[in-house]
Amino acid sequence: MIERIYATAVTEIHIARRNRWVLIAVVLMVVFSLVLSAVGSAPVGGLGADRLSVTVASLTSLSVYLVPLVALLMSFDAVAGEVERGTLPLLLTYPVGRGEVLLGKLLAHSTILIIALVAGYGAAALIAVATDPAAVAGFGALWRLTWTSVLLGATFLGIGYALSALARRASGAAGLAIGVWLGLVVLYDLALLAAVVADDGGIFTTQVFPTALLANPADAFRIFNLTASQATAAASGVGAAAGALPLWQTLLSLCLWPLAALGLATLAFRRAEP
Amino acid sequence: MTPTLDIANLTKTFDGVKALSDVSLSVSRGERVALLGHNGAGKSTLMKIILGLIPADAGRIDVCGSAPGGPAARAKVAYLPENATFHSALTGLEQIAFYMRLRGESPKGAMALLERVGLAHAARRRIGTYSKGMRQRVGLAQALIGHPSLLVLDEPTSGLDPVSRRDFYELLDGLAAEGAAILLSSHALTEVEARTDRLLILSGGQMVAEGTLNALRRKAALPVAIQVSAINGYDVDLLRAFPDAIKLGNTVRLTCTQDDKLDTLAQVAALRDKVADIDVIPPSLEEIYAHFSRRSGQ
Ligand SMILES: Nc1ncnc2c1ncn2[C@@H]1O[C@H](COP(=O)(O)OP(=O)(O)O)[C@@H](O)[C@H]1O
Ligand SMILES: [Mg+2]
Repeated sequence: MIERIYATAVTEIHIARRNRWVLIAVVLMVVFSLVLSAVGSAPVGGLGADRLSVTVASLTSLSVYLVPLVALLMSFDAVAGEVERGTLPLLLTYPVGRGEVLLGKLLAHSTILIIALVAGYGAAALIAVATDPAAVAGFGALWRLTWTSVLLGATFLGIGYALSALARRASGAAGLAIGVWLGLVVLYDLALLAAVVADDGGIFTTQVFPTALLANPADAFRIFNLTASQATAAASGVGAAAGALPLWQTLLSLCLWPLAALGLATLAFRRAEP
Repeated sequence: MTPTLDIANLTKTFDGVKALSDVSLSVSRGERVALLGHNGAGKSTLMKIILGLIPADAGRIDVCGSAPGGPAARAKVAYLPENATFHSALTGLEQIAFYMRLRGESPKGAMALLERVGLAHAARRRIGTYSKGMRQRVGLAQALIGHPSLLVLDEPTSGLDPVSRRDFYELLDGLAAEGAAILLSSHALTEVEARTDRLLILSGGQMVAEGTLNALRRKAALPVAIQVSAINGYDVDLLRAFPDAIKLGNTVRLTCTQDDKLDTLAQVAALRDKVADIDVIPPSLEEIYAHFSRRSGQ
């Protein structure tokens, strides 16, 4: 089983390397991280925090958008591409399980994501430490941001595989992926904020709103990182409104989502008839 | 000895449309069997059921002594799907190495496999740069991994030029000699003709004929054409001797049944001093094929 997962992962890495996905992911993360650490240098004194902690807070807001996007871009072709190339029926006649195929792809795509995250966050951290010796105090926050980003990425990889199996066509899967990204990462928060404003402190704000935040992996990621580094004060929008959520709840959501997404992907893939 | 592949009374319906009705067939060790049929006859559907990719509605299928699609069957059966194009970003070598690893074989043998199908020179090039025939050979190479007991090949010679096709059948001869059972499909009888042991003709989901090419030729009993060239000016005499004949340019064309062939030839030979040449034209492969695949009301 390990051998077959590994074989699939190696093949996927070859493909990602040739299709420039590795390069694109790394360049995206590094460029945006560097831009943020340059922009984020202004309010250091005012907050009383070290330079790296401030950078991590900005990187958190960036990663909420970028990590799901990169993950969906890498995963939308996973099953639909095999269908379009006519290789899915062939693959399914080999002594390999559908779960093993997905795990192999996940292993490859997560590895690429980790490389991009380490490159991007690493560059930002180097700049912070070079300009502010006190910045080493922020390493804890940076480490937390890194592993939660991997969990967030794995979640959206799983969602991408599920969409890919459901759509059966790469173009359809790409459309669904963009829709899910817009919905979960952009529109979801806007809708929640609008509802909170309209509700004005009523039942929705106290009961529904916290659960709605936990139900969205991107929000759970953002709030967990901001709460853990006590940076909610510096945050705006949904992050600021959610200071009351206990840490363990957001952490649980973050850990359960990758499993749920992969389970969903496996179900969708099982149902796909070659 | 039980056949490698044994199918009885197989039926498959897609949304009320019968793709296969009551199909029975078997393929034994070392046997090469060609499955013929027009587009939509049900060849690919039959193969997918044999591989366990889609379930049958009714019927019994035995693949190497076990159920189709199970772990035991998967380990022994190789498949070449129709129109598989593979990932354009991978090299032929990487693609074959991947499939070898999935079968638990050492990928070191990948180059040898590509050599067997004549792709060694392009092994390190991306599949995206391959021609259709070369991609077909990649598909063929993966079907050879691990000495399968049964090869199920869906239109394996489509996209191959005549020389490659001959190489392909030579490869099959070798595999069959080693004991593999081979089921391959084609929509043209001319592509498979003498290179297989047995032919099955599928039409509209029904098995309409089965046997060797000679057996099918006899069974079809299609008329034989005899083309006679008369010595200058004598064609009128020939037409008088054979009232049913038709004049085609400088020649006279007669038709007769298989059984009457020798008698007719004797009659022509009796006019020896008026005849310049004789050609006997047996029914073409396409005519035999069309005869069987049309009969079922297609
Ligand atoms: N997944 C499917 N859904 C509905 N109809 C199908 C499906 N697959 C095949 N068919 C139908 O079954 C018949 C046989 O198809 P197929 O086995 O592909 O024929 P062949 O391979 O001989 O060209 C055709 O009428 C085809 O339209
Ligand atoms: Mg077909």
